[in-house]
Amino acid sequence: MPTSTDTDCVIRLDSLSMVYPTKSGGTVQALDDVSLSVRGGEFISIVGPSGCGKSTLLRIIMGLSRQTSGRVTFGPSEDTHRNQLGMVFQQPLLLPWRTVRKNLLMSPDLHRARDAATRAKADELLVMLGLEEFGDRYPNELSGGMQQRVGIGRALMHDPRILLMDEPFGALDAMTRDQMGLDLLKIWDQDRKTVLFVTHSIPEAVLLADRVVVMTPRPGRLADVVDVALPRPRRLENINTPEFGEIVLKIRKLLDSEHSAH
Amino acid sequence: MSTSTKRHAAEREAPEGEPVEAPARPGTPVRGRRRRVPEITYSVLVFLGLLVVWQVVVKLFDVSTILVPAPTAVAGSLVDGFQDGSLMTHSVVTLKEILLGFGIAVGSALVSAVLITQFRPVERVLFPLLILTQTIPKVAMAPLLIVWFGIGISSKVLTVALIAFFPLLINAVLGFRSAAHEQVEMLRSFGASRAQVMRHLQIPSALPHIFAGLEVAVILSVTGAVVAEFVGSSEGLGYLIQASNFTLDVARTFAVIVVLSAIGIALHAVVVRLGKWLVFWTATPTETAGEV
Ligand SMILES: Nc1ncnc2c1ncn2[C@@H]1O[C@H](COP(=O)(O)OP(=O)(O)OP(=O)(O)O)[C@@H](O)[C@H]1O
Ligand SMILES: [Mg+2]
Repeated sequence: MPTSTDTDCVIRLDSLSMVYPTKSGGTVQALDDVSLSVRGGEFISIVGPSGCGKSTLLRIIMGLSRQTSGRVTFGPSEDTHRNQLGMVFQQPLLLPWRTVRKNLLMSPDLHRARDAATRAKADELLVMLGLEEFGDRYPNELSGGMQQRVGIGRALMHDPRILLMDEPFGALDAMTRDQMGLDLLKIWDQDRKTVLFVTHSIPEAVLLADRVVVMTPRPGRLADVVDVALPRPRRLENINTPEFGEIVLKIRKLLDSEHSAH
Repeated sequence: MSTSTKRHAAEREAPEGEPVEAPARPGTPVRGRRRRVPEITYSVLVFLGLLVVWQVVVKLFDVSTILVPAPTAVAGSLVDGFQDGSLMTHSVVTLKEILLGFGIAVGSALVSAVLITQFRPVERVLFPLLILTQTIPKVAMAPLLIVWFGIGISSKVLTVALIAFFPLLINAVLGFRSAAHEQVEMLRSFGASRAQVMRHLQIPSALPHIFAGLEVAVILSVTGAVVAEFVGSSEGLGYLIQASNFTLDVARTFAVIVVLSAIGIALHAVVVRLGKWLVFWTATPTETAGEV
């Protein structure tokens, strides 16, 4: 990754709004005037009450939904495209008829780019994810946490510069979850991808991120963007420091005040 | 699905109280073929038990051979039939009708299902019509088909195809629609085209449903062929049943029924094996949409 562009903006959201039509003929405003600049290599967590439009936001960035108004631009140069995005979903969404290795190779298979190099990369990823013995197993032979790791690996396979993660650890138990968060930080530390990480857990958001985006209840607006100026590498012990507690408290207050304002 | 129908059928045939146990399968792995092998064994056991009871009852109460022949008489008739070649030639005719009709049904049902699930207008126009025609009892069409296509093999093939088509179509449509929306989005997030979503997701997701449909359809195909032969034919096992009924050769009628059952069981087993082999990732068989 070219260091000169590290501080440049890689995703720019300009007053994004999203209005869904409902079955009963009405409308639901999921996002309202969301603007945000994300710098390259930045780890951003997004927190907000359920239904505030976090998934909608990621889906728009990914190109799975089209916004009602506003713009998404990718930087820093013209040749930055959506194919430099990788998405990790809340569910692993592995294909049960493909082995773990072949699930990792999903993206190269779709682009007919499965060669020796990608296979080597898949093996590398298996090691990195701690799944080297499970390459030839099928997803239903794996635990939930392992499946989720495959889902993350699959998104990393085509080496996206930007990783969008929608509550990737939501379905995991607390212990696995902490471990996965730290593993994710390790992976992130290797080449500092830009990460947008949606979570319901405030401590998790703070532990991982450089900045935490706090959203309001529906329609989702940005309540505030909180800087997390904690040193890296982060460890689980960070959670017990007063600085950490302060940031968590600040975010909690933001969320509470937004709640009571409604 | 087919599992339960089969077990019910077995219960109906064995009122003598041959216990039909739920197949216990200790120590079998969760994944893979865990159902079929013991089940066929049970079917055979039930069948043998039935034979013994039958023989005893016939001998004990001295039942008239015109009503119910003893299993030994049926066996004798079977041997005779295969020795003089008549059972074999008629079986080949019926098997040909079944396979051709079944093949046509599979092909047309799969193509229709793809069209229906891929193209909205086709779905809008065709699907209600198909559901509507589904309510027609297909065997009632057999006499018409004989009038239209003659007494030869083509009317039988079409009857079979007609009967097998609907359960296949309904299951295939369900199958092609069964892929989770999230999975579709996952593939799209990797830039998959519509054709790729079809190939990598919708077709594999449809397979368990398609095989559930095939299991129903293959048995219906046998019924279809026999019924069509009843209505009008000069060869085939259905013809043979009518002919032997006419001459009061009840042992022979039973012998033909045995052959028909064997054909049905064999074809069903082939479909099930193929399904287990292709759909290796599901531990539990998929529920079928209501049959016929
Ligand atoms: N396809 C859709 N059609 C209609 N309304 C939708 C659709 N998708 C989302 N919504 C609505 O938009 C709002 C935001 O949904 P979204 O899934 O983005 O929330 P979220 O912040 O991800 O919630 P959660 O934390 O529970 O996942 C919700 O009120 C939801 O009902
Ligand atoms: Mg969500």
